[in-house]
Amino acid sequence: MRNPLAEKTVGLKPSGIRKFFDIVSEMKDAISLGVGEPDFDTPWHIRDEGIYSLEKGRTFYTSNAGLKELKVEISNYLKRRFQLRYDYNGEMLVTVGGSEAIDIALRAMVNPGDEVLIPQPSYVSYEPCAILAGAVPVIIDLKAEHEFRLTAQQLREAVTDKTKILVLPFPNNPTGAIMERKDLEAIAEVIVEKDIFVISDEIYGELTYKEKHVSIAEIPGMWERTILIGGLSKSHAMTGWRLGYACGPQLIIEQMLKIHQYAIMCAPTTSQYAAVDALKNGDEDVQQMREAYNQRRRYLLYAFQQMGLECFEPYGAFYVFPCIKEFGMTSEQFAERFLKEEKVAVVPGTAFGESGEGFLRISYAYSLENLKVAIGRLETFVRRLREEQGK
Amino acid sequence: MREQILAILEKNSRIDLKELAVLLGVEELDIVNEMAEMEKEGIICGYHTLIDWEKTSIDKVTALIEVRVTPQRGQGFDNIAERIYKYPEVTAVYLISGAYDLLVTLDGKNLRDISRFVSDKLSTMDYVLSTATHFILKKYKDHGTILTKKYEDEREKVSP
Repeated sequence: MRNPLAEKTVGLKPSGIRKFFDIVSEMKDAISLGVGEPDFDTPWHIRDEGIYSLEKGRTFYTSNAGLKELKVEISNYLKRRFQLRYDYNGEMLVTVGGSEAIDIALRAMVNPGDEVLIPQPSYVSYEPCAILAGAVPVIIDLKAEHEFRLTAQQLREAVTDKTKILVLPFPNNPTGAIMERKDLEAIAEVIVEKDIFVISDEIYGELTYKEKHVSIAEIPGMWERTILIGGLSKSHAMTGWRLGYACGPQLIIEQMLKIHQYAIMCAPTTSQYAAVDALKNGDEDVQQMREAYNQRRRYLLYAFQQMGLECFEPYGAFYVFPCIKEFGMTSEQFAERFLKEEKVAVVPGTAFGESGEGFLRISYAYSLENLKVAIGRLETFVRRLREEQGK
Repeated sequence: MREQILAILEKNSRIDLKELAVLLGVEELDIVNEMAEMEKEGIICGYHTLIDWEKTSIDKVTALIEVRVTPQRGQGFDNIAERIYKYPEVTAVYLISGAYDLLVTLDGKNLRDISRFVSDKLSTMDYVLSTATHFILKKYKDHGTILTKKYEDEREKVSP
């Protein structure tokens, strides 16, 4: 029999998170700080709307680009929150989570051999999606000394004449880093000068704790070169509903729509009806969850400070990214020992790229009670390691 | 800051003030002062404990009583409300818009306790026109807390 597999797929690295997941799931009594999704249930009024849509028999496909009602709400929302203008008709597409949008944006925009710039540490799907789209991923290593922001200089050094796209993953998973307006203005200059495009993954856009999130599409000259990706998973605690969207110039969106229509057909109908209600009546929920995350964020940073664990102050998403270099272990070794000895799961920074070495991703999408227990164990563990090292 | 302090205290009045200060990113002293101020202003009226008496062996019955009354000249409902709330077994008295005037909640050991209060005390008061008593059979949720079910984390333990 011939080899049934495609080389490109076989060549993809398995997700570093998967490996860790397998170890954790064998330990039944382990507590986890390893999840990348909110601990809140989807607000009830949103769930109720989903249930209601089922009761009314709204169980058919919607149009490929999504329910008109939802697209109008997304358009209103982006204008209300970020001063962004997208016509619901033609400049927008409702997708199966932000993940699908990342995939089809890359597939719609790259030719074989085009280079796609991917700042890391970042979410695990950009690199494989770029490869599957036939592009060459080029990694930019974000640095702790820049608070894991992308600088104009780093961008300039990474661009070649083959560069087509920059993936911009802020607010960032796993570091919690944000890009403020001044940071975006600085890289926008390079982007325009080098004539490249941006796929801006702003799925955590509602979760910032310093100033309100600024989208790169707000920066002059960037709207026409940006595909903005958003969704309700993180902001409205709706991960399982699989509902995201992509917005951008019609020229690009209509090509993405072709892939979407052949591969997916449309985003889940129930989720789309629920999302209409989320965007219409959910601002208050988002605000409350943001406040809760912010309190936990402050608690963790304070706890790290108390135990002398180095950590830059992250202003976005729901992750902190402490540095563990002082212990002379790799992130993976640290995470494995911590899990075995203290039964707490955290994700090694390297699961999000080589440049995550020496760091851990700790999620604060957990109740404060839960965090307190886990942090108590981290303190014990850190003390033990320091004693071993004779400190 | 007040709103945030109150939001947290309303859910957890036993929170350590040092911790509260960390959560809100302010100084502990500011919290202490703000709380003292709010106690003085009568904004914070007490620090209570939410108890699900059902789970104890102590007998307890709670009733909601709708009361229709004739308002008094110059007093409105205040006078009659006061006469009702002075009974220690009355746990709350609200003036309500709609079909009746006062909503009274009442704790007693058993049904007899409650019906005695209603027939002897409440319905015989001057200006009380009528009462309707509802006994609480089961508390699903009280003070924003679901009593019938414990939260369980059903998420995958690790996800990207």
